[in-house]
Amino acid sequence: MELLWEISIIVIKIVVVVSVVMFHVAYATYFERKVIGRMQMRMGPKEVGPLGILQPVADGIKSFFKEDIIPLNSDKPVFYLAPVISIMAAMSALAVIPFFDGFIISNINLGILFILAMSSLGAYGIVLAGWASNSKYAFLGGLRSAAQVISYEVSLGLSLVGVMLLAGSFNLNDIVEAQSSSVFGFYAIPQILGFFVFIVSAVAETNRPPFDLPEAESELVAGYFAEYSGFRFALFMAAEYIGMIIMSSLAVLCFLGGWTVPYYVLYLFPFLGAVPGVVWFILKLYACIFFYYWIRATLPRFRYDQLMALGWKLLIPLSLLNILITGIAKLII
Amino acid sequence: MLNQIIFGYFAVTMISLALIVITRKNIMHSIVYMLILFFHIAGLYLFLNAEFLAAIQIIVYAGAIMVLFLFVIMLLNLREELRKSRFAITWPIGAIFVVLSAVMIIISVFGNRFANVGNVKISDIEKVGHTVAVGKLLFVEYLFPFEVASLILLVAIVGAIVLAKKEIK
Repeated sequence: MELLWEISIIVIKIVVVVSVVMFHVAYATYFERKVIGRMQMRMGPKEVGPLGILQPVADGIKSFFKEDIIPLNSDKPVFYLAPVISIMAAMSALAVIPFFDGFIISNINLGILFILAMSSLGAYGIVLAGWASNSKYAFLGGLRSAAQVISYEVSLGLSLVGVMLLAGSFNLNDIVEAQSSSVFGFYAIPQILGFFVFIVSAVAETNRPPFDLPEAESELVAGYFAEYSGFRFALFMAAEYIGMIIMSSLAVLCFLGGWTVPYYVLYLFPFLGAVPGVVWFILKLYACIFFYYWIRATLPRFRYDQLMALGWKLLIPLSLLNILITGIAKLII
Repeated sequence: MLNQIIFGYFAVTMISLALIVITRKNIMHSIVYMLILFFHIAGLYLFLNAEFLAAIQIIVYAGAIMVLFLFVIMLLNLREELRKSRFAITWPIGAIFVVLSAVMIIISVFGNRFANVGNVKISDIEKVGHTVAVGKLLFVEYLFPFEVASLILLVAIVGAIVLAKKEIK
């Protein structure tokens, strides 16, 4: 009976998390188009519903009812499998993210490593999609993605080592708690190098501009998913946005203090203590997602050799240096 | 009983997946099956309380090494590969080596020549967590072999760069 109770709680948590995240994915597209529209002196979507608020619904219906086109010479099983791998890898990482104190689907010891494993798995969806489409553009997109993900995964993992060293744990819950009792209240200041490396690698890992070379529109049509249409295309888009949400939550949890507020802020403004933790988490998450849109609207796309040089010659040495500094500091203090 | 059933599932699935991997004609399909195989290996580690090893299995093998394989395979001309015959002319030589190594493995398994059992018990690992236990062993007890292994890897990296560079400026 107890086991049944535990399982049903987990199922309820999964339903809540998946529906909230899918809602956020839908409105992240709306938010993105509005923000980028404003930054480029346009209005963004405004026709469907008041202020265009129903635009994601219209997009969803449209992608459901579009004709599903499969290229004749494609490798059909792999072609069907690729978007599923993408969305599965993105969704399963949600299982270990604590959204506020005590709310986590599965509180495992290896939270960070699990997220890293799942984000590296997402590359398969992209690479296999590029290969199975049997198209030049998709193929080149897949190749680029493979090289990019391998390169930036290294610096992404290494940039988090400093956080793990300071907190002494892989568990995301423990990391947040260790942060709230640290001197600054969050790790973005003592881990400023790691935070910088993490931001750059997270943008590259999710294939977002300015590192969106696997789907560079001006060179590769749409890159790895050029041959996908209808609902399979929507799955790829959803996987990309869930990836963004996961990387942003990781930034919030590891560097920005998660659902906690620094103690000195609470000391100055005691009434802030009444705000529930999930509000802080979501506000910080929105700020990170806004940052994604901001750099998309601001920065031009990197050239491919620049991307590789940045990853291997700047980010990896910087993250190694960060580990060295953190280790020495931890020994001294 | 449940343990045996779970282990049986993993053992049977892993062996059949391994067979599928080496019998596919299309290398891309082999890779997909190998991915599933890696997940089963990681699952087996989880049942041994070795969660760190399971995560590393996925990150290193599935996340890095297999993506590298994919990268290389995508540069090959697969359509021509598919038309070629499944066996190279030299297959009897390969078969001899396979049979010999199979004999070796069988002899060593039945000879019961396993390494010494370590002095870390599962109850100790459960107390501190697998990551801490592995870290302590690697960096305290086996520091020298660990450093030697990393040095060997460094040699391989330097060698690869020297081979890849056409002329060193």
